[in-house]
Amino acid sequence: MPSSKDNRERKGPLRIVAKGGNGKLRLRIYQVLVLALFIVLWHVLTSPTLLPPIYFSEASHAAFFFGEPLQVLGRLWRWFATGEIYEHLWVTLVETMLSFFIGTVFGVAFGLWLALSPTASAILDPYIKAINAMPRVILAPIFFVWFGLGIASKVALGVSLVFFIVFFNVYQGVREVSPVVLANARMLGASPRQLLRYVYVPSAMSWVFASLHNSVGLAFVGAVVGEYLGSAKGVGYLIHQAEGFFDMNTVVAGILLLTVFALLLDWIVGVAEKRLMVWQPRSVETERT
Amino acid sequence: MSPALALENIDCTFLSRDDLSQRYTAVRNTTLVVGEGEFVSVVGPTGCGKTTLLNVAAGLLAPSAGEVKIFGSLLAGINTHAGYMFQSEALMPWRNSIENVVAGLEFRRVPRSEALEQGNEWLKRVGLSGFGGRYPHQLSGGMRKRVALAQMFILKPQILLMDEPFSALDVQTRQLMENELLDLWSADRKSVVFITHDLEEAISLADRVVVLSAGPASHPIGDYAIDLPRPRDVAEIRLAPRFNEIHARIWRAMKEEVLKGYAQQQRQ
Repeated sequence: MPSSKDNRERKGPLRIVAKGGNGKLRLRIYQVLVLALFIVLWHVLTSPTLLPPIYFSEASHAAFFFGEPLQVLGRLWRWFATGEIYEHLWVTLVETMLSFFIGTVFGVAFGLWLALSPTASAILDPYIKAINAMPRVILAPIFFVWFGLGIASKVALGVSLVFFIVFFNVYQGVREVSPVVLANARMLGASPRQLLRYVYVPSAMSWVFASLHNSVGLAFVGAVVGEYLGSAKGVGYLIHQAEGFFDMNTVVAGILLLTVFALLLDWIVGVAEKRLMVWQPRSVETERT
Repeated sequence: MSPALALENIDCTFLSRDDLSQRYTAVRNTTLVVGEGEFVSVVGPTGCGKTTLLNVAAGLLAPSAGEVKIFGSLLAGINTHAGYMFQSEALMPWRNSIENVVAGLEFRRVPRSEALEQGNEWLKRVGLSGFGGRYPHQLSGGMRKRVALAQMFILKPQILLMDEPFSALDVQTRQLMENELLDLWSADRKSVVFITHDLEEAISLADRVVVLSAGPASHPIGDYAIDLPRPRDVAEIRLAPRFNEIHARIWRAMKEEVLKGYAQQQRQ
């Protein structure tokens, strides 16, 4: 919370920040330019009428393999205009959120437990390594047998992916608690339970948030791969169906839609992180010593 | 009447976790008695097991042999009569100043409003009123030490264990903090064990200075009463002729140990 007095005292850094603000705007412009350039190139190279075919024997082949940006946009527009996408998007998002939350809760609980009981962690260590090394996507068929083709099997797949990321981070986070802070809390009279609540958990939180950014992406992977392998609803199902008809535009539209929502969820995690982790030094804030 | 703190024939031997035949005796056959209301400084060359001794007194570390008695009764587990001020940063970085100060009260389930009232009172006493909302990373090194002082004093411990608490501060801040500590201490004289490697700091603060030998197997080799008048100003007292006499006397005894400790570090 820099007061006006602090601002006056720190003229130097402020000037740099102002310059940095300009640079940031320029950076954004370049970033948008890259995207625009990519779309233009994509459009020019795939449009059957603009250029004579460079690589393919027929003009329409490029569009067949890579889709066309305008068609993709049109597909997205029709999805939302007719409302047919909502049902599928809803299913995918529910699956993603459920796997994200269940995986995170289990990961945190299990990570805390194992980090704080050395015996259990010593016994389970090889098995945890084995399960983590296993390519867990191949569990999908088993989950289909157990939970059917509905939402549950996709959630199970997503949870199996998210759980380990969060688990390992919490485990690490608890191990990295400063021994001095811990000893100090003990000297101040904290019981083992209070140590858990007031020292271990807050200290592990920064690691948890770092892992949540990865987890959001993996929760989507679980949902979409699950739908792709067997379902009747969801964006993954739409993509799978479109592939059956070689409808590349719909496939690309589905991918774009998923990307946007993954970014959105990641942004929400970022906002939560900023709110909950106010105690962490930020790079913009110079440390006063 | 039993002394506030009595370490009797303490041995501390550390075993290497990888190789049990590798052992290091940090402290051997050490006896240290601190009376009620007495301010004792323990000095010694670096790596002589001063912190080990303090951790034993705090109950954070169980000695290999010997007994720790607190007001006459045998210590088991954490020493609940003691407050501990650590050498390195010990504040919880996820708590702001006031939350750090009241942490001990919170652990003891003191009602929130009462805890905050006491916490603000203590922040004021260490000169940090208005800084309650700052997080440790937003405070300077000296301010963080003040928060740590308040955090310890708010629980009214009968024994203060201090492990080179001001060694990371610059000289001016350090003298300010030392005077502040003496002020707080003189308000209701607790027993203090103040560990330092700085002989001047030890003499200017304490009633008694205990000199430890160089490690390994360090033990007390000298015990000097400091008869300087109180109240003291740590900056001014260093200019007193009596201070220099005491300093010269203790330094003669310490010098050899310091050189020994230095030689040991060179060999490693």
